[in-house]
Amino acid sequence: MSNTILSIKDLKVNYGGIEAVKGISFDVNEGDIVTLIGANGAGKSSTLRTIAGLVKPAGGSIILQGEDITGENPTNIVKKGITMVPEGRRIFPDLTVLENLKMGAYLRNDNITDDLNWVYDLFPRLKERSWQAGGTLSGGEQQMLAVGRALMSRPKVIMMDEPSLGLAPIIVRGIFDIIREINKQGVTILLIEQNANMALKTAHTGYVMETGRITMSGPGSQLLADDSVKAAYLGKH
Amino acid sequence: MEKTLKPRSEKKTENFIAIICLVAFYVLLFLLDNYLPRNSFTTMLIPVLQKSSIFALVCVSMNLLNGFTGLFSLGQAGFMLIGAYVYAMLSIPDEYREAVYQYSGGTNIHFSIPEMLQGVIGQSAGSFFGAIICIIIAGIIAGIFAALIGIPVLRLKSDYLAIATLGFAEIIRAVFQWDKLGKITNGSYQLRKYTAFTDMNINIGGNVIKFTSIFPVFIAMLCILFIILLINSSYGRAFKAIRDDEIAAEAMGINLFKHKQMSFIISSFFAGAGGALLAMYQTTIQAMAFKTAMTYEILLIVVIGGIGSISGSCIASFLFIACNEWWLRFLDSGSLFGIVPVPFFRDGFRKVVFSVVIMVIVLFFSKGIMGDKEISFKGIGGFLKDPFGAKRRKAKKAVAAAAAAEGGEGNE
Repeated sequence: MSNTILSIKDLKVNYGGIEAVKGISFDVNEGDIVTLIGANGAGKSSTLRTIAGLVKPAGGSIILQGEDITGENPTNIVKKGITMVPEGRRIFPDLTVLENLKMGAYLRNDNITDDLNWVYDLFPRLKERSWQAGGTLSGGEQQMLAVGRALMSRPKVIMMDEPSLGLAPIIVRGIFDIIREINKQGVTILLIEQNANMALKTAHTGYVMETGRITMSGPGSQLLADDSVKAAYLGKH
Repeated sequence: MEKTLKPRSEKKTENFIAIICLVAFYVLLFLLDNYLPRNSFTTMLIPVLQKSSIFALVCVSMNLLNGFTGLFSLGQAGFMLIGAYVYAMLSIPDEYREAVYQYSGGTNIHFSIPEMLQGVIGQSAGSFFGAIICIIIAGIIAGIFAALIGIPVLRLKSDYLAIATLGFAEIIRAVFQWDKLGKITNGSYQLRKYTAFTDMNINIGGNVIKFTSIFPVFIAMLCILFIILLINSSYGRAFKAIRDDEIAAEAMGINLFKHKQMSFIISSFFAGAGGALLAMYQTTIQAMAFKTAMTYEILLIVVIGGIGSISGSCIASFLFIACNEWWLRFLDSGSLFGIVPVPFFRDGFRKVVFSVVIMVIVLFFSKGIMGDKEISFKGIGGFLKDPFGAKRRKAKKAVAAAAAAEGGEGNE
């Protein structure tokens, strides 16, 4: 078995008096695609935002390769190798595609040309449009840009918050192909999805979240076959 | 629309033309300062050039905050006041100090940087370089104040930030007017007798070369050039990223507070330098003049020029100052061309016309003169070939009609 790269232990997140995440634990193995699925308000996004450092946890610990990074600020977390693709893409609309990608590598001081070419190879569309303002791209292209921008920081773990949100089914399939492709090239992926079907088909390991707790876990294919998961997230057939 | 990198040779010719234009501009200014006869045209042109270059600098510094970092700050007048006062306090010659501070019962400051330099490098060069040093110190002090104010204020967003900075600007003004500080700031009385633009001349072997209008234009241009370089650097990209989307910028690892603070301090540094230049222009300063109305005037110029456009701010500053102080003066004169008497052309009518012009601009050119674009040779060429975009609109219509004729098949 591959070794654990990111380990979450008993993580709790509060917003004011509301407990969004009530003590969850899970591991992400190096080179895997791990997915958290669940309904709206289950606490998936909160978990991700906490790992990225945007929200401070109320308890528990986040360990990256043996190093405790709980409560670090986002700058240090990106430096240590965890980058998030935020929900709803959130590209910089007035910056060009190239500038958007350069922003992803903002904290790096080394040469980024190789990585830029790598991202352009993954997304030839972005190369064609490198001089266009980010806001003029279509939804799917913006999602590609958001993923490409995150890759520019050369992350060990890339976290994606609902990459399929608001995209046409055919585009969603393309996005998941890219996720698989990136993973093949050695990037560990932590994926959050409401599109449980696609997510579980792609992921090595899946976790089901309900109202701030993890209620089920296992290999993606096993969860996909599970009756209660089918009933709750995939629709009965 | 495919845009590619310009070939090197084309860029070189563009830079070459730009340098020639710049040199020609400075030669004209030099002639204006030293050789051109004083008539009704040149006596108006010089102060308008001086004041508009100062306002261009202050507007660009405000644009760095509002247009490029997305921080809606209204503290510009406060930082200009700090710059103006620091400049004046440091450069009043010691022999005039008692006279200037007579209502405050004398002063505790007994040195003057231009005077100290005059002892070393001569009378005229001393006041010239002394003034430059004082401008830099004025900017630095304004920057230090900005750093302190920024710590609480920059945690706020949008309207709240605007209100807080506006409040701090007023507090600064009140503090400088406080009579307990009279021995330093002269309280609410004016400061005068310091080095002004008219002192900007260098005596080389008996020949006096005047820099009356070159001095402010050159200093302002240098500062604006620095801001342009900053905006095009990776820091500038981070500022624009924060403006576009704070959460995404934070997720990319940009330290929001540090970058906002940096932008705020740099903007205030140049506002302070602009304030120092304004003090030189006015020859006397008083804290009363740096009210919020001045900030609004600056904001108005930024909006007219286009939020997020450096060249827009510069053009709008010149137009605004020239209209306000010069071109629309005839409206107050009581007659048209000095011959035909027009009854409603009397004092204050200029302001009415000016307000209407501004309303028209805001209503019909809501993005300002330049929008968020910058002046380029390509843009100028395009404008000459197709002013006001009539041909472009026609071409667009033709394309749309062709697409409609295809029955929407060609849609992406």
